[in-house]
Amino acid sequence: MTRRWVARALTALVLAGAVVLIAFLPRVTSEFRLGEFTYVAIYFIALLGLNILTGYNGQISLGHAAFMAVGGYTAAVLILGQEGFKLLGQQPSDIIPKHGMTPIWTIPVAGVVTGVIGYLFGLPALRLAGVSLALATFAVAVSMPSIAKRFEHLTGGGGGLSLPLPKAPFGWDISPPHWLYYEAWGAAGILFVVAWLLVRGRVGRAWRSIRDGEVAAVSSGVSPAVYKTLAFGISSAYAGVAGALFAIQNAYINPDTFPLTLSILLLASAVIGGLSSLSGVIVGALVLEFLPIYAQDPPVLDVSFAKQAAPVVFGVVLMLIVYLMPGGAAGLLRRLTRPIVAAVSRRS
Amino acid sequence: MPLAFIWSDFAQQVTSGLAAGAIYASLALALVLIYQTTNVVNFAQGEMATFTTFIAWMFMDHGMPYWPAFVLTLLIAFAGGVGVERVLIRPIEHRPEIVIVIMTIGLLIALNGLTGWIWGPEVKAFDSPFPNRSVIVGNVAISVRDIGTFCVCLGVVVLLWLFFRFTTLGLAMRAVAFNPDASRLMGVRVGWMLALGWGFAAVLGAIAGMMAAPTVFLDPDMMIVVLIYAFAAAVLGGIDSPIGAVVGGLLLGVVINLLGAYVNFVGNELRLPTALAVLLLVLVIRPTGLFGRRVVRRV
Repeated sequence: MTRRWVARALTALVLAGAVVLIAFLPRVTSEFRLGEFTYVAIYFIALLGLNILTGYNGQISLGHAAFMAVGGYTAAVLILGQEGFKLLGQQPSDIIPKHGMTPIWTIPVAGVVTGVIGYLFGLPALRLAGVSLALATFAVAVSMPSIAKRFEHLTGGGGGLSLPLPKAPFGWDISPPHWLYYEAWGAAGILFVVAWLLVRGRVGRAWRSIRDGEVAAVSSGVSPAVYKTLAFGISSAYAGVAGALFAIQNAYINPDTFPLTLSILLLASAVIGGLSSLSGVIVGALVLEFLPIYAQDPPVLDVSFAKQAAPVVFGVVLMLIVYLMPGGAAGLLRRLTRPIVAAVSRRS
Repeated sequence: MPLAFIWSDFAQQVTSGLAAGAIYASLALALVLIYQTTNVVNFAQGEMATFTTFIAWMFMDHGMPYWPAFVLTLLIAFAGGVGVERVLIRPIEHRPEIVIVIMTIGLLIALNGLTGWIWGPEVKAFDSPFPNRSVIVGNVAISVRDIGTFCVCLGVVVLLWLFFRFTTLGLAMRAVAFNPDASRLMGVRVGWMLALGWGFAAVLGAIAGMMAAPTVFLDPDMMIVVLIYAFAAAVLGGIDSPIGAVVGGLLLGVVINLLGAYVNFVGNELRLPTALAVLLLVLVIRPTGLFGRRVVRRV
């Protein structure tokens, strides 16, 4: 067997293992824990999108939580409809549909809406490279809460919108947390395959060539305008789906549900997991969900720290990763598995 | 416009806008100082400022009078800025810009958490050295605090300008910003000049923090909004132009204040998004800003 086939077989094995693990987790864990793993799936989706934009296309975004907010609000508004707004004592805007939708169908809609908005934002962003783009997206993330508060007929303002817990469809007899878990991981699985197909083919090659040298990419006939805005649109669509799932899982959304901190930590987790690597994304998602919890209450030690310990640990880990292993967790993994792959392919 | 237009009101809005603008200008200048030499925007600039402002608060909480605490804080800020460059930035200075930006983001996260961890998340009152009353000039009431803030911020900017213009060290630092390789060949210690730049930036940030704290109150997140205004100001003036940063800061302070006061749609809530709109517009229409150098890319 060639080395390449061994590597592929190993990847397939690990993926199959992950699918089995995800499918059987609900049988062995409590509903509370299950909720945490639902958030892991949601962050996984958002980080897939961010990695497409930042890792594969080299456009830095510090505002991905704002795109999640767009998705979250789209889903929330569609689930409630004008009737739901009135039940919450809110005055709805006329552009909101009269009746609410089934939650699961709002997820793709949120993805499309956020994707279009992200695509439009990508147009002016074309003129911004590197640091300026980071600045612009950072400013978007900071401004998002005040914009959401200002247009309260669309967003419920500072009071926010409460959402009903969704029931499993098709008369499926499982509790809402279980249903949300399967729903989130189902979406994550589909979007993972889509991302994989995108980055391994023609589009992914174009993205990477722009990242590694825009001038060279243009000379080879790759249009940066087309592919950069495409990356922005797709990345935002991922963020929108993640935001919609977040709002449904959280059963509540207000302007502070997707704070600036989340935007920053998303980028940090993407780097910790490893930029331009899809396998690193799962590490990033696990870090984003569990590092804050375990930084506050270290698992083995008999101490617990203030809430602020979490960002300190997060920041220090990020700085160490930048300093010591630029490839992130995925880079480390690659370095560790290389000898295994080599050994297996030599033996056979 | 809901109110009748009154000249004295307008003048008052302009003067308080100038005071706020002076704060934005200081922080914008800090960003420019670092951008000029390292080509990187320091996202941790605001958190560094907040951290040093908390240090000043701690001194005063222990009974130290305002001005000694002020000076001591500036010295600590300077040492801190130099330290950050030496320890965090220098080992990665030859890596791509995106890596350095991510490093400053790591610093932002860690410092923000550390500030809250050490001093707690509660909002604290921060003394101003200037009394909270007004003097009447013509028939315009101008707050003494605004005048003081304006004078301190711009005074430091002038001092810094004199330093860069008339001292050998200042000349060396300008040389490094202009052409690091040539400066190294001429015997300038480039590494230390970069560290000094970070030190000065930290001092400017500390001043901005201490001047902003009496009005916005002291809490770990207080500089995030100010940082956005400073970003917008720096971009408006041209991100590599120190004069641009100061002019951009003052201009932005006045314009935002006037829009907030006179345009109903903007009001109080949409001031920040307005700054964002300014930022985006400038970046799209004239990326070099008012005073920036055009960068020509060669193939």
